[in-house]
Order: sequence, then structure tokens, then C-alpha cells
Amino acid sequence: MYSLSEAAHQVPVIEPSAADGTFSLLWLVIGLPLLGAVVLLLGGRATDRWGHWLGTLMSLASFAVSLLLFVELLGRDEGDRSITQHLYDWIAVGDLQVGMDLLYDPLSALFLLLITGVGSLIHVYSIGYMEHDPRRRRFFAYLNLFVAAMLMLVLAENYLGLFLGWEGVGLASYLLIGFWQHKHSAAAAAKKAFVINRVGDIGMALAIALLFTTFGTTSFTAISQVSGAAEEDTLTAVGLLLLLAACGKSAQVPLQAWLLDAMEGPTPVSALIHAATMVTAGVYLVVRSNFIFELAPTAQTVVVIVATVTLLWGAVIGCAKDDIKKALAGSTMSQIGYMMLGAGLGVAGYAFAIFHLITHGFFKANMFLGAGSVMHGMNDDVDMRRYGALRHAMPITFLTFAMGYLAIIGFPGFSGFWSKDKIIETALAENWVVGVLALLGAGITGFYMTRLMLMTFFTTKRWKDDVHPHESPGVMTVPLVVLAALSVLGGVLLLGDWIVDWLAPVVGEAPHHEPPLPIIVITLLTVAVVAVGVAAAWFLVGKREVPLTPPQDVSFATRAARADLYGDGINDLLVGRPGTATVRGLVTGDRTLVDGVFTGGSSGIKAVGDLLRRLQNGFVRSYALSVLGGVLLVVLALLAVNLA
Amino acid sequence: MTDVTPYVVLSAILFSIGCVGVLTRRNAIVVFMCVELMLNACNLALVAFAKQHGNLDGQIAAFFVMVVAAAEVVVGLAIIMTIFRTRRSASVDDASLLKY
Repeated sequence: MYSLSEAAHQVPVIEPSAADGTFSLLWLVIGLPLLGAVVLLLGGRATDRWGHWLGTLMSLASFAVSLLLFVELLGRDEGDRSITQHLYDWIAVGDLQVGMDLLYDPLSALFLLLITGVGSLIHVYSIGYMEHDPRRRRFFAYLNLFVAAMLMLVLAENYLGLFLGWEGVGLASYLLIGFWQHKHSAAAAAKKAFVINRVGDIGMALAIALLFTTFGTTSFTAISQVSGAAEEDTLTAVGLLLLLAACGKSAQVPLQAWLLDAMEGPTPVSALIHAATMVTAGVYLVVRSNFIFELAPTAQTVVVIVATVTLLWGAVIGCAKDDIKKALAGSTMSQIGYMMLGAGLGVAGYAFAIFHLITHGFFKANMFLGAGSVMHGMNDDVDMRRYGALRHAMPITFLTFAMGYLAIIGFPGFSGFWSKDKIIETALAENWVVGVLALLGAGITGFYMTRLMLMTFFTTKRWKDDVHPHESPGVMTVPLVVLAALSVLGGVLLLGDWIVDWLAPVVGEAPHHEPPLPIIVITLLTVAVVAVGVAAAWFLVGKREVPLTPPQDVSFATRAARADLYGDGINDLLVGRPGTATVRGLVTGDRTLVDGVFTGGSSGIKAVGDLLRRLQNGFVRSYALSVLGGVLLVVLALLAVNLA
Repeated sequence: MTDVTPYVVLSAILFSIGCVGVLTRRNAIVVFMCVELMLNACNLALVAFAKQHGNLDGQIAAFFVMVVAAAEVVVGLAIIMTIFRTRRSASVDDASLLKY
């Protein structure tokens, strides 16, 4: 733990300059896909014929603008690479002043390229993938909305703007996961994703409120300048709330359950959620909030713990899934765990977290689209037990998928090798327990990815009778080839520590830490652990006959992994059932207590009324007697008063 | 000054008779007559007290009572006639439809 002055020194302050020249185009990056979404959604069926072209064009145009801005940013001095653009005053009420401001700096520049680049490839791919879907135009509208929301998220200059994008991403993911809403499972999965994300959003909303009360602003620029003056407890609270938010969006334990169900959406959506948008938002949030996490070591420790648990959790789930998309989803969860781990390690790890995020964006988009291509050829079957030997039937898909595979397991030279290795290295330097667990995770990654690869492309044919696998059309394979190339070459970002230097103005320079072992030893160790995982998969899956139905006489661990490590059960036990019980109790209380008071009161009055109405007996003489009695009473009273 | 005590006592006796009659008799005509008796008992008391005080206020009030009583007889007898025509009975207890 360091003193405040020392820490404040470490946290880089954002000092942006106003956007001018080319940079005034910044708003177009968000505006173009948003325009696409609006036109396609409002245009209705009139846009059916060319809707997918417009959507793709908008995404590509956004990518072009991002690229232009990036080149422009490269030409600037290192200290002058933060640019803000003020669009308009968003909220202006008394002390509460929030502008619709955009912040373009090295961090968001990389995100822009990833989101619009990979996003555009997914758009192109979807033209082929969704060709026979009658609602293709709507699909592209949602894709554009998704991309626009994610761009808003990474370009916002304050937490409130980020929150706008954050919620937009949540909405778009809901619409896309439940795109085939006629399927009950898809509708349920969309709802599940939405609800679990709301839990995380509570953290986000509370964190923003806390920042407002503490600093009186939510602007990144302003907070980065004054965060050193705040109390550590406050910053820890903000950090933990932000982590909760990140857990929801990035599917970290304990809010991980939605990610596997989210596979109900069309495959390009899975690629978009897992590679370019959505799940990376949590990592972005933590890295962007470095000026808070750097000053709240407790929160950072919790981030590391959550990340380590998640990276093993996801990896274990990935080992037991027969559904190709769910196996990949488990893998995403695990890889996001690596990124979070990097982000939780502080200054030393931020750059590597973003590096892994980018390489993962390449190879995971590649593999998801590859999986989609396989499904396309296999009549939308996702069961890997009915695949096998597809390498001959789909050579391009196989080769591109193999590039992604080699990248994710960290085969030396491929992009994943560089990025994952760096995170493991940093983790070992900071804390050897976490480092060893991350190393173990790399081994498990080797196992489940090899298993997936073998079951899909190697071993024997186990196809269903009416399935005739064929290679996908060019519009689908070209994005695969591009992504495969990126998966292989993504490591160039690390050449000469480029990405570390590039991000230094945003996340700070790491003080040099000597890892406990020489770096070359760590690298060899990682490769060895991965090799063990791959070999295990080869002996357990590749050398044996793959049964057509999952064997039932399996160990407890396998059963647990097949059931997502009982994530749903835990949620049900901790939240679902107590919630149901509470609601039931409240209903009972309402029926007995509240209703009792009101219905009891009214029936009491009715009972009294029933008694009193007996007086109205219809006999004139009894009324006369009442009158006489009354008169006597009055007279007696008067007499009593007069005599007294 | 005339002693009006006997008149007042007589008035009280007549009022009580009327009162008991109203409360105990069932025949509407008899009840009606008892009401008249009570009214006239009141008239007697009014006149007696007017005599005692030596002014005409009480006597004027008595005239008012007579006028009201005459009007009441007209309306009341008409009602009794109508009830008798429809129900073939002049018993006040039979006309007890307006109840709980």
C-alpha cells in the first residue's frame, strides 16, 4: 500500500485538448451506425431489399473514420493524444452539469478499431449467414445499434455517457440474443441476460451516484485530476461497485450465468458479443477507471480474485460442453477472466489486458464465425458429437479455425501466445498463487480447445444421415480469412513494447518488476503446460471413439461442468428461492394483515349496521315510542339544566 | 289571577290518555283520534297559560294548532282511506312494508 502522494504521482492525469481538424469527425464514428439503425428500424419493410447493405456500409464507414482518426492520432506527440469533443449540454440542472462529451485517446482509439473493424467483418459475414432469414433487415438494424452503443460506451468522456452506451449495449444484446424469439429458449435466454445485466447495472448506477456526491462530477478528466484527494474508503466502494457492474457485463463470477445461455442468439451475434462488444465493456471500465482502482488496492485485490475464479470457472465449463458454441462461450468467460486479471494487476497489467482483449477479439470472432460456418454446413446442428472429420468438407473454415485455435491455446508465435503469456508473467511477478492458477488455466484452455478441434474437424464422421457438409459462400469465408490473419499476426502490437508505450499516457508507466523466474523460463513453462493440456485432449478424445451420446457414468467433476458448475443452481438457491419466499411472504402478509385490517374494518361496520337496522322495524307505534322517549329525555335534560 | 292548575292537570291527563292511545291501539282511526286528543290537550294548556299570563299569545298559538290539526286530519284521513282500500285493513301494524 502506498501513500496518497506517491499514488497520485502514479495515476496519469487526463488533460485533453479540444477536437479540431480531422478530429471533429469523431461524432461520426457513433453517428453512422446509429443512423443505420434508425433508418432500418423506422424504414420498415421498404428497406428490406437493401437493409443489410446499408448496415454493413455504415459499419464500414465508421471503421474508415476510426482508421483515419487513428492515423491522425499516431502523428501527434505522446503527451497530446487525448482529444475531447463537446457535442451539446446533456443535463444542466443546478450543480449537476453533464455534457455530451466524447473522449478520444489511445485507449478508446484501439477500442474503436476493434469494434468497428471486427464488427464490420461480422456484418459482412452476416449477409451470408442470415441470407434466408425473413427478418434480416431487422437483424442488421440491431447489429448497427449494438455497434453504436458500444462505441458510445468507449467514447464517452464521463461515466454518465458511458452508462448510456452501457445500457444501449444491454438493450441491443437483449434484442439480438432473443432474435429468434419464437423459440422459447431464446426468449428466456434474452430475459436472463437482461436481468443479470440489470444486477450489474445497479453497481454502475450506485458508483455514478457515489462519484457525483464525492467529486461533484462524473467526467473522467475531472475525476482523474482530483481522485487522489478522496478518501480511500470511498474509492474502494466506488471500485467495488464498478467491479459489480463489470461482472454483469463481462460475465464474471458471480454474474456469469447469462453468457452460456446467450448462445441462443444467431452465431454472428455471439461473435459480436464475445469479440468486439459487450463482454469487453467490463474490462474497458476497469482499465478506464484506473485512477480509481490505483488508489483502492482492496478493490484491485477483489478484481484479481474474481478474475482468477472466473478464468478457471469458464475453462472447466468449456471442457465438458458438447455444444460447440457453449464450449466457446466457456472459453470466452475464461479469456475475459485473463483480461480482468491483467486489469486487476494495476499499472503493470492494464496494457496487457487491453492487448489480450484485442487479440482475443480477433481469434474469438474468428472461431465463432468459424463455428457458425460449421453449423451452416451441418443444418444448424451444434452438437460436436455429430461432427467429426470436417476438415475435408470445409477446408477454408478448418484452416481459419485452426489459426484461431493455435492463437487461443498460445502456440508460440501466434497472437494469443504473446498476450496470454504477458498476463501470466505479470501475474507471477505480482502474486505467485494467482500466477500459477493462471498458468493452470492456460493448460485447461489447451485441453478444451483441442477437444473442440478434434471433435469437430478430426476423428471419424459421426454426421446425421441427411447432413451434407459444404463450404460456406465467399461472403462468409472472406471475413474468416481476414480474422485468421489477424489472429496469427495480432502479436505485432507488442513489437518493441508498442502497445505498452501507446497506452502509457492513459494507464501510466509500470514500475519495473522482476518476475520470480526468468521470462524465458516462464514462457517455456506456459508452453509446456499447454502442451500437457493438448496431449491430454489427444489421448482422451482424439485416440478414442467419440460416443454419439454423452456418457452418463462420469465423474462428479464432469457432471458439475456439464451443469455450468451449478451456476444456475447457485443463483436459484441464493437469489431465486429466497426471492420467491420473500414475495410469497409479502403476498401472505398483504392478504392477511393489510387486507385483514381493511376487510375486517368494513365487515365490522357492516355487522354494526346489521344490528342497528333492526331498529327500522316498520311499526309506526314503535317509532312513536322512540319519539316519546326522545321527547322525555330532552324535557328531563332541560329540567335538569334549569334546576341545577 | 285565576288559578289554572285544574286546567293544566286536565290537559296533562288528556295528553297522557292520547299518548297511551297512540302507543297501544292498532286501529289507525283510533290512533288518529288519540293524536287529536293530544293536540287538544296542548291547546287547553296553551289557553290556560295564556289566561294566567294575561296575554293572547297562547290563544293565538292554539288557533294555529287547530288549523294545522284540521289540515292534518284532511291529509291523514285520506291516507288512511287509501291504505284501507288497498289492504282491506286499517291496522297500523299491517302497514309495515317500509322497514329493514
